[in-house]
Amino acid sequence: MSTDGFDLDRPWQVDSRVSMRPEPFGALLYHFGTRRLSFLKNQRVLAVVRSLAEHPSARAACAAAGVTAAELPVYARALAALADSKMISERRVV
Amino acid sequence: MTLTRQAAPGAGSSSASPGRLVDLFQLGLDAPICLTWELTYACNLSCVHCLSSSGRRDPRELTTAECKQVIDTLERMQVFYVNIGGGEPTVRPDFWELVDYATAHHVGVKFSTNGVKITPEVAARLAASDYVDVQISLDGATAEVNDAVRGGGSYATAMRAMENLSNAGFRGFKLSVVMTRQNIPQLNAFKSIADRFGAQLRLTRLRPSGRGADVWHELHPTAEQQRELYDWLVAHGEDVLTGDSFFHLSAYGSALPGLNLCGAGRVVCLIDPVGDVYACPFAIHSQFLAGNVRDAGGFESVWRTSDLFKSLRTPDTGGACRSCGHYDSCRGGCMAAKFFTGLPLDGPDPECVQGYGEAALAGVSGSTPKPSVDHSHRRVPVTIGRRPPKRDCDENPLAGFAAS
Repeated sequence: MSTDGFDLDRPWQVDSRVSMRPEPFGALLYHFGTRRLSFLKNQRVLAVVRSLAEHPSARAACAAAGVTAAELPVYARALAALADSKMISERRVV
Repeated sequence: MTLTRQAAPGAGSSSASPGRLVDLFQLGLDAPICLTWELTYACNLSCVHCLSSSGRRDPRELTTAECKQVIDTLERMQVFYVNIGGGEPTVRPDFWELVDYATAHHVGVKFSTNGVKITPEVAARLAASDYVDVQISLDGATAEVNDAVRGGGSYATAMRAMENLSNAGFRGFKLSVVMTRQNIPQLNAFKSIADRFGAQLRLTRLRPSGRGADVWHELHPTAEQQRELYDWLVAHGEDVLTGDSFFHLSAYGSALPGLNLCGAGRVVCLIDPVGDVYACPFAIHSQFLAGNVRDAGGFESVWRTSDLFKSLRTPDTGGACRSCGHYDSCRGGCMAAKFFTGLPLDGPDPECVQGYGEAALAGVSGSTPKPSVDHSHRRVPVTIGRRPPKRDCDENPLAGFAAS
């Protein structure tokens, strides 16, 4: 769960092979390629993940969802874990 | 249940943190994460431990159109994938049609097979899809151990299927093994077979369900073997899948990877070939029957409103296990294993690693519950007469029979 290699200033997106299901506690994610299940533990991290593709960077997506500077490291760790498990991937910008 | 490994990313320290996911799952989800769907009771084999007592097709099995309606419902409920089994699901003439329909409707498919239909052509087709996974069943790393349980020739069939998948470039399909007293000494050999074919090893627990109830006492691992299995699983970590079926072993110490929870009626369930919905694949008995997909409201209504599922989603009291220091690790073990060995559902698992199960089993008197449905092949004993002709020139087959 290290944040090494996770760049908050890059553009990110949910992998095209991931199915995301909202739940009262957040969301469940299933990756059809790796066949692994992940969880999002609250609504705000769900809002961040859902909007990744609409923002120029992960940092911007966090800010738009109301994540404060103090909370940012916690969200960066969550996103790094999602990147490690290939649930989210870097978006190529053309 | 067959949950894959999970990471649990989340903003854990934030105020919205809901606590442990296992506690949330205990109370059930609006839709299953995945479910087991047995498409037919027909099977070319007669495995002695078959948990669904399969063999003969049931004339009431869901039609192709009804199966597609179920898939439509699963898509609407956002069920991620179905574990298709049987019986041998690939003997259904519409099997591939249903697989294609499910994946086209965003319902992933993992199917279990003995390999009988996995030709090189089928293997090539399967290798091309991200949304279909295959599990080949093999219960011995040698033909001798496997065929004693699954029947003559079944080892060769499974090995040929794996070779075909491997040659087609299918990486990471599953080699699925039910652990028994006879095959636990072969753990490393199973891993070698999986590695040779580029497959992932999946080990699951023998349940006393279906025909398994008749052989459980001879086949289930000894206490020493359970310890050996636990240590082996800990050493291999996430390389080896378990369908989270060994959570009762977590009482040995640290929890095994995966979700240590009975998901019956909470995050998983079973749809059987005639559309009956049971709490889990190991509990085909009227006591665990929640409804039928043909009922008004279909599967969605059964999942959300059945009294049985509602009661399974209430917090567990732990019963006789409540005072045990290991209850938080093993959660009392497997409901189906207790039920079919005649133990109370709120007591210890028959294979409780602390030994409470053995003691409880010794106190079981009278008969244990029998499965409500049995589609086993009928074994009609046929005696072939060996009656040599009375004279060398008797060619008429009726020669020697007296007319009556």
